[in-house]
Amino acid sequence: MIQLVIIFSYLMLLLGLGGVASRLFRGTSKDYMLASHSIGPFLLLMSLFGTTMTAFALVGSSGEAYKEGVGVYGQLASSSGIIHSLCFFVIGIKLWSFGKKYGYTTQIQFFRDRLESDKIGILLFPILVGLVIPYLLIGVMSAGTVISSITEGAFTTAFASSDYGIPPWLGSLIISIVVLIYVFFGGMRGTAWANTFQTLVFMVLGIVTFYIISSKLGGLQAASQAVAEKHPSKLMRAVAPQEEEAYEQAFAKWQKVAYYNWAVDSGKLTLTEEQKTAAQESMPPGPPWAKPFLQKQAEAAYAVSNDLLPEMTAEEKKIAEIQQDDRVVPDPKPEGFAEMPFTAFPKTKWEPIALEFFGNQIGHPDEQGKMTRKQAVGRYRAMRWAPEEPHPMNPWAFLTYLFIPLSVGMFPHLFQHWLTAKSASSFKLAVVAHPVFIAIVWVPCVLIGIWATSATMPDNPRVALVPPHFNPNGVLAYMVAQMTNDVLAGFLTAGILAAIMSSLDSQFLCIGTMFTEDVVLHYGGKQRFSDKQIVLMARSFIIAIVALTYFISLLEVRRVFTLGVWCFSGFSSLFPLVFAAVYWRRLTKAGAYACVIAAAGTWLWLFRESNYAGIPGFTFLGMMPVATMITCSTTAMVVVSLVTRPPSDSTLDRFFSNRSSQDTSAS
Amino acid sequence: MKYVVVGLIVALLILHQDIWFWENGTLLFGFMPIGLLYHAGISISAAITWYLATQFCWPSHVEEETLAAVGEASETSSKGGSDA
Repeated sequence: MIQLVIIFSYLMLLLGLGGVASRLFRGTSKDYMLASHSIGPFLLLMSLFGTTMTAFALVGSSGEAYKEGVGVYGQLASSSGIIHSLCFFVIGIKLWSFGKKYGYTTQIQFFRDRLESDKIGILLFPILVGLVIPYLLIGVMSAGTVISSITEGAFTTAFASSDYGIPPWLGSLIISIVVLIYVFFGGMRGTAWANTFQTLVFMVLGIVTFYIISSKLGGLQAASQAVAEKHPSKLMRAVAPQEEEAYEQAFAKWQKVAYYNWAVDSGKLTLTEEQKTAAQESMPPGPPWAKPFLQKQAEAAYAVSNDLLPEMTAEEKKIAEIQQDDRVVPDPKPEGFAEMPFTAFPKTKWEPIALEFFGNQIGHPDEQGKMTRKQAVGRYRAMRWAPEEPHPMNPWAFLTYLFIPLSVGMFPHLFQHWLTAKSASSFKLAVVAHPVFIAIVWVPCVLIGIWATSATMPDNPRVALVPPHFNPNGVLAYMVAQMTNDVLAGFLTAGILAAIMSSLDSQFLCIGTMFTEDVVLHYGGKQRFSDKQIVLMARSFIIAIVALTYFISLLEVRRVFTLGVWCFSGFSSLFPLVFAAVYWRRLTKAGAYACVIAAAGTWLWLFRESNYAGIPGFTFLGMMPVATMITCSTTAMVVVSLVTRPPSDSTLDRFFSNRSSQDTSAS
Repeated sequence: MKYVVVGLIVALLILHQDIWFWENGTLLFGFMPIGLLYHAGISISAAITWYLATQFCWPSHVEEETLAAVGEASETSSKGGSDA
């Protein structure tokens, strides 16, 4: 309950900040959307950093490091340090200049003028909003997961189905409403202030979290040493030979259990009571809940060592593996079924089976001898499913990850933040400090993620703290809950929520701005609406999109990192458009259309191929899908631009001054 | 100096592909994986490079042109207002 009080107090504080910012609100839509171009270097740095560091950076990075190891830092953090600042420097300053000179509030206004095309907005608007939705989804989903994990057991009778804590749907809803309120009251000024405050909160609390978790694990050296002993592959980007060997042994043992269970279930083998008793003599000790699983393992080992298993065909063995891993056995069986990996088949609806298996052992976490629903599901997975195969990082995928941070060049919410700058010089601090800030946040998260693979329960060093097959999205919150006391857990959760909300707010504000500027005012006419009506329309559209995102978040859970990579890839595939619009005089309207259509087409096609982000680590031609998207969009843009009529001289004069054209031709 | 900064950025992008640490899980100072420390170093080097960029390659003409254009525009609009 203490955690709840702290989280609630933090949310109230944030609403208070929005309230103070609203007192400074000048009542104009320009102040609401761009804070009247008044944001200085420090606020700009904090709001840009807070906006780009989302749930993806905290929840996603620690979860991905838990799954893939330290290579995740190189994949996205160090590359972002180079590329993000490059985008601020090369694109941000130019767009700030155009925005200031010609009064732009959104990207689409700029593209309409630069490309001499009114209709480009009709094409770009749904694509940009469509790509912002998965970005929002990351935040909304993570907020629910974090609050739910940390408040587990906070209630005595309510919310039994979410282990007596705030259910994820309610956590997501609360965070969405709080962010909506302070964005509505504070506008861009409130958002910039809240971002600065929250960025400071999550950076400070992040360091505190890191210190506490490392101390609880016996210090930095002990925590990392445990990883070197148990999961050395997490410290590199290849698979360590000893881990490969350990996996093969564990997999062979698992196969024995799968074959034994199949033989028993299909009536081809029944051990006598004497045989079962003999088998159980070699059963390792374990907690009472693990007994049924350990018993099966002992019986399987006995059956194999006494040559009791019946002869099985390759197809029967495959069926046994699929069933043991709770996957769907296909009917009819495809050609080459026996040779297919069992992981190629989708999972069954296994959660109800897991809950039914543990039945009345599930209850309130404070009740003696009871386990939570999350624990039941986790224990079932850990004891029944195949061990996770260690895999190396693909060097081509690593190389092509470099394209993903280019997404910041096309993020609509960053465009809006750039325009809030008081002057071009305000960008300097953001350009320089951004890579360092990324390191401050990501290095501890990655270390916590890899430590989670090898940490053990404080009271039992034989039991893993984080069981196998754990949901990566929950690793950080779980570590915080397990390793700290209630008060600290409350503060640390507030820090995680701060990171999540500092991105959601900018995105909420941006989609409202885009709707009013690019749709309502553009097609309805500027004289038709008062400033109050404009702000009201912006707010209504924001509520509609947030409601849509919220309902999507209730459907199916995806890995935060995977979802983020797809979202960023979509924005990156449009990067050639903004770069060419700023630096290439020969970019034409038709070339821009070709670029957007090629980017959207390849994104949709590859997203479908990846089972709608259902395949983590999906690659195409051995590379990240973003490489194909950018190649297609750039090729389409260049080829079509070169064969179509160039923009008019008046447009070129507006966007390419003599000085910049000299710069461009010189480079 | 502009070319030095461009060269540093290209060098950072090349050094980022550290295939030489791919299979190295050594812990430096007893706790820090070498691959992670190397990439944290890339982040710090990026900050230094960008500092040099802001010192020696800053496009100050963009700000001057922008302020001049905004000044002209506001002057024109204020004249237009008084005429009306």
